[in-house]
Amino acid sequence: MRGSVRRATNNPHVIGWLLLLPAAALLVTFTHYPAAATLYHSFFSTAKAARPAVWVGLENYQAMAADPVFWQSLRNNLWFALGTIPTSMALALAMALLVNETLRGRAFLRLAYFTPTILPMIAVANIWLFFYTPGYGLVDRLVQAIGLPSHNWLGSRETVLACLIVVTIWKEAGFFMIFYLAALQSIAPVLAEAASIEGAGRWYFFRRVTFPLLMPTTLFVLVNAVINSFRLVDHIVVMTKGGPDNASSLLLYYIYDVGFKFWDTAYAAALTMVLLLILAGVAIGQFVLLERRIHYQ
Amino acid sequence: MKRLPETIGAWLLGLVWILPLAYAGWTAFHPREYSARFVLTAPLTLGNFADAWRAAPFARYCLNTVLLVTLILVAQLVLCTLAAYAFARFEFAGRSVAFFLVLVQLMIMPDVLIVENYRTMSRLGALDTVLGIGLPYMASAFGIFLLRQTFKTVPKELDEAARVEGAGPLLTLWRVYVPLARPVYIAYALVSVSYHWNNFLWPLIVTNSVTSRPLTVGLQVFSSTDQGVDWSIITAATLLTSGPLLVAFLIFQRQFVQSFMRAGIR
Repeated sequence: MRGSVRRATNNPHVIGWLLLLPAAALLVTFTHYPAAATLYHSFFSTAKAARPAVWVGLENYQAMAADPVFWQSLRNNLWFALGTIPTSMALALAMALLVNETLRGRAFLRLAYFTPTILPMIAVANIWLFFYTPGYGLVDRLVQAIGLPSHNWLGSRETVLACLIVVTIWKEAGFFMIFYLAALQSIAPVLAEAASIEGAGRWYFFRRVTFPLLMPTTLFVLVNAVINSFRLVDHIVVMTKGGPDNASSLLLYYIYDVGFKFWDTAYAAALTMVLLLILAGVAIGQFVLLERRIHYQ
Repeated sequence: MKRLPETIGAWLLGLVWILPLAYAGWTAFHPREYSARFVLTAPLTLGNFADAWRAAPFARYCLNTVLLVTLILVAQLVLCTLAAYAFARFEFAGRSVAFFLVLVQLMIMPDVLIVENYRTMSRLGALDTVLGIGLPYMASAFGIFLLRQTFKTVPKELDEAARVEGAGPLLTLWRVYVPLARPVYIAYALVSVSYHWNNFLWPLIVTNSVTSRPLTVGLQVFSSTDQGVDWSIITAATLLTSGPLLVAFLIFQRQFVQSFMRAGIR
């Protein structure tokens, strides 16, 4: 008996799995099981008090294909991603390059860029809600100061998504800056010295040396930015609730709306499947890019 | 002066970046009639903070948030340490498949599986509890990955030396690996605390009473229902909820920035 216990504590299979077990149990319960259950429940109707859930096959998906709000949320989400990702990444890189140099007040600038990252999105949204208040908020006062008419920024379909994009860029650029800054600091200064001896201009050096060396960071930041653009809807809840006329509804916000305001959990499951497919697509895309080795290891 | 255009550009960007916060600060620390009038002689006041504090149970919300981030962090540190050690140092059957399944969570975070996780929580009877908010986040793929990378850099000789002295796997982990990974633990802890202090959608869904609501949800309930459009009080409440983290950040900014860097490099 003692001997077999002894053998078990030396067996790497037993120890490995025992160490992994607590984390694995929680991961399966709250990631793998719900992902599978989402797929399963998307083929059923939503259970009601009088009628339990029944198999409906692809009905939820057919309803989705015919649901203009779903298509609008998806379209909004793509525009939102397109509006936030390139700009916040470019700003993040610019910020990192700026505070990586010996500028006057570098410590303050680094702090100013990074602070929005520490704030809760919900607090940020409240502050910007005040900013965008028609007639009274700072944005409208600036617009009126240069002689343009007052505008309901969050209340009109044309501007609402752009307003949310601005908030998101403000919140995220400093976060991404950190990763670029870390990467910049790991580039050997010898390279810059060698380049300046060779007479290479700074822009040339950036284009031919710095930027290629930053490629892995760019990929990492890009993946995070894409995930965030589909994952973060806190500001929608606070600022617009998806309105006006669903003009600012994003996919996850629509899922939240369907699942927890209308309690149509089966349809919400079908919508979640779309989100999961998008995220899986991102994962596969990242994998393919990494396989191609866009940069030496 | 060298590089003047860059300095000016950097400062302009910095001012634009700090403006929203400065504006919120102005509104929160001045009487209501000055909330959108910028007169340097405007009297300062803490009245908005006092009003906000009285109008909603922020002390309770704050306690809930502190409980929540502590609970999540402690669970994450224990679970991720054990799992990372398994992945870093034991050749067990199915290791690469298991590792792949862990990494799945980097893409599909609990944040997007709200409908099914809500169902699970209601079955577990964990709705409207701090535990219910924290459970989906306790096994963190990010933490496991980060610690695994760190543990792999620990020289095998140290591990073997501890084993020769008769230490089992857990004791070895505790005596050799954990102390060497200290900076990574600090980095991970700061990232985790700021993430969960600020998390909103899932807590909003799971909670529906004062006894479990964290600050973020409390702020939303407060600013959407109780106040109408009294921006002075709302911005005061906003600063109040982000305050503790913001102050901690300003004091330990070097550690914060370095932690986020360390967590990002992998």
